[in-house]
Amino acid sequence: MRRVLIGLAVAFVGVFLLVPLANVFAQAMAKGWPAYQKSLGHPDTLASVRLTLLVSACCVPLNLVFGVIAAWAVAKFQFRGKALLITLIDLPFSVSPVVSGLIYVVMFGAQGVLGPWLDARDIQIIFAMPGIVLATLFVTFPFVARELIPLMEAQGSDAEQAALTLGASGWQTFRHVTLPSVKWGLLYGVILCNARAMGEFGAVSVVSGHISGVTETLPLRIEKLHQEYQAVGAFSAASLLAILALVTLGLKTWLERRQAIEHARGQNDSPSLP
Amino acid sequence: MSIELRQVSKRFGDMAAVEDVSLTVGDGELVALLGPSGGGKTTVLRMIAGLEVPTSGDLLVRGERVNDVPVQRRNIGFVFQSYALFKTMSVFDNIAFGLKIRKTPKAEIEARVGELLRLFGLEGLGRRLPHQLSGGQRQRVAIARALAPRPSVLLLDEPFGAVDAKIRQELREWLVRLHRELHVTTLFVTHDQEEAMEVSDRIVIFSRGRLEQVGSPREVYERPRNEFVARFIGVLNVLELTVRQGVARLNELAFPAHGVPEGGTLRVGFRPYAVQVSADPAEHPLRAVIRQVYFLGVQMRLELETPSGLVLRTRISKDEFLRRGLEQGIPVSFQIREYRVLSTGSDGLAPEVSTVHTASHWAEGI
Repeated sequence: MRRVLIGLAVAFVGVFLLVPLANVFAQAMAKGWPAYQKSLGHPDTLASVRLTLLVSACCVPLNLVFGVIAAWAVAKFQFRGKALLITLIDLPFSVSPVVSGLIYVVMFGAQGVLGPWLDARDIQIIFAMPGIVLATLFVTFPFVARELIPLMEAQGSDAEQAALTLGASGWQTFRHVTLPSVKWGLLYGVILCNARAMGEFGAVSVVSGHISGVTETLPLRIEKLHQEYQAVGAFSAASLLAILALVTLGLKTWLERRQAIEHARGQNDSPSLP
Repeated sequence: MSIELRQVSKRFGDMAAVEDVSLTVGDGELVALLGPSGGGKTTVLRMIAGLEVPTSGDLLVRGERVNDVPVQRRNIGFVFQSYALFKTMSVFDNIAFGLKIRKTPKAEIEARVGELLRLFGLEGLGRRLPHQLSGGQRQRVAIARALAPRPSVLLLDEPFGAVDAKIRQELREWLVRLHRELHVTTLFVTHDQEEAMEVSDRIVIFSRGRLEQVGSPREVYERPRNEFVARFIGVLNVLELTVRQGVARLNELAFPAHGVPEGGTLRVGFRPYAVQVSADPAEHPLRAVIRQVYFLGVQMRLELETPSGLVLRTRISKDEFLRRGLEQGIPVSFQIREYRVLSTGSDGLAPEVSTVHTASHWAEGI
């Protein structure tokens, strides 16, 4: 029984995950290393890599700040509407990414609520980078906050209060006491947030406009190359995202182990009861 | 005086956690805030620290009103029940935290932390992280950290609550010694009356947010202001008697009625040590059987059962127990040497709780 179950699990992972992943690299290299290099060097592909990095560079820090603020508010204070706030933080997880993208089209598109106002001031959000950043921000919002809330709630606020009685300001308390105690969880949230920001397709697809070399992120570029039957190009670009996924996975595993160690220490920290 | 509370109240929503508490604590005193859990004592401590703001009343530290002074500027050392050590910092950095925040010169920090490590028996542990320490060591780090910036007052929330019984005893003695050496005004919260009696100069007794009595351990034990205090501090036998023909009676026991009208009730209380027991059936006026004997070391606790089924608790030294030839199950005679009237009638007021009535009074009264 045990062998059958383990065998099934391994076979499933192999057929549905490992083989396709290996296939991505095999297809990318199908016409050899020079062809791989050449297709990655295509100006539109390079532009899409740049745009993807830029979007992540905007979204990750912003969501880091929002996430910490939201988690702090939820974990350390009691207030009315707290349950609602937690539900809202989770909203992007439960909404289809396409819908998230459409929300922004409805808000900022030419026919949207704020469309005429933005048009009059010559501000373009939809079919431009701001729209892509907004859509990505939306879908990646929960990652940092979700990671921090349980961690901060479990730690309580005694250490912070102790810092206050020792004369520390709110900011000093956050920097010297709160932040170090959640740093691994925070990093974990940031890595997941980054992976999603770089890989997001649905929401970005709706707001991007697919202008090659201008508003095309890496996932959109892959889709377009694939539609155009450029197998090597599509799989070369896809291999970049696959590498990102593997790096994320490695970091995630390492961080989880760090957190487990830290958590075990935290357990020892609580005084032994009589 | 060091700390003064003037008619301080604290409400959380509809619930009154602390009601109309007035209290003064002198310089260098060691004071216990004692009471059952939920009595408001921790809230009082947190208000003094500035972690809670009183709903009404004034809070003074060294004569200055501090209600609106933020916690950071009160210069008060607070030791949490959970110790709340900074788990990512070494012992040294924990103790140095308050000094670093105050931008104390580095050499001075090192000298002060070194001095505290020595004083607290933590030499050589400066580089350890909190999780590498024993429970007792962690508590000492927490107290050292609170004392490092030389606070005017030290507040401890249930300092002995989280350690086991044996270390507890050591910690009590250690706290008394520490207080004698440093002479910092110290308030600590406890729900353990024995702990409060043993450690403090004065005890403040709380129940349901109200201050019941303030006094030295001896005062609150010997002259409790009301039944709650009398029962909370030490063991108390309580009897409720009915007055008939001018005498308060319950089965075979009778007490003078002290002006209670016919048919009224009288509550009396007496300490276990006030009951005298003898194996000689003729020595004392009342009869009972020793139902149970508990051996407590130097002392023995006895449960007496009267023929009508009343159970009374008494305490006697082991030597006396042996000398008088007492043992479980034998018939004895006893008398109640002294008692207090806890309340008369149904109004619950006890104007005379602190008056001790001796057996001679009692004999005259009857």
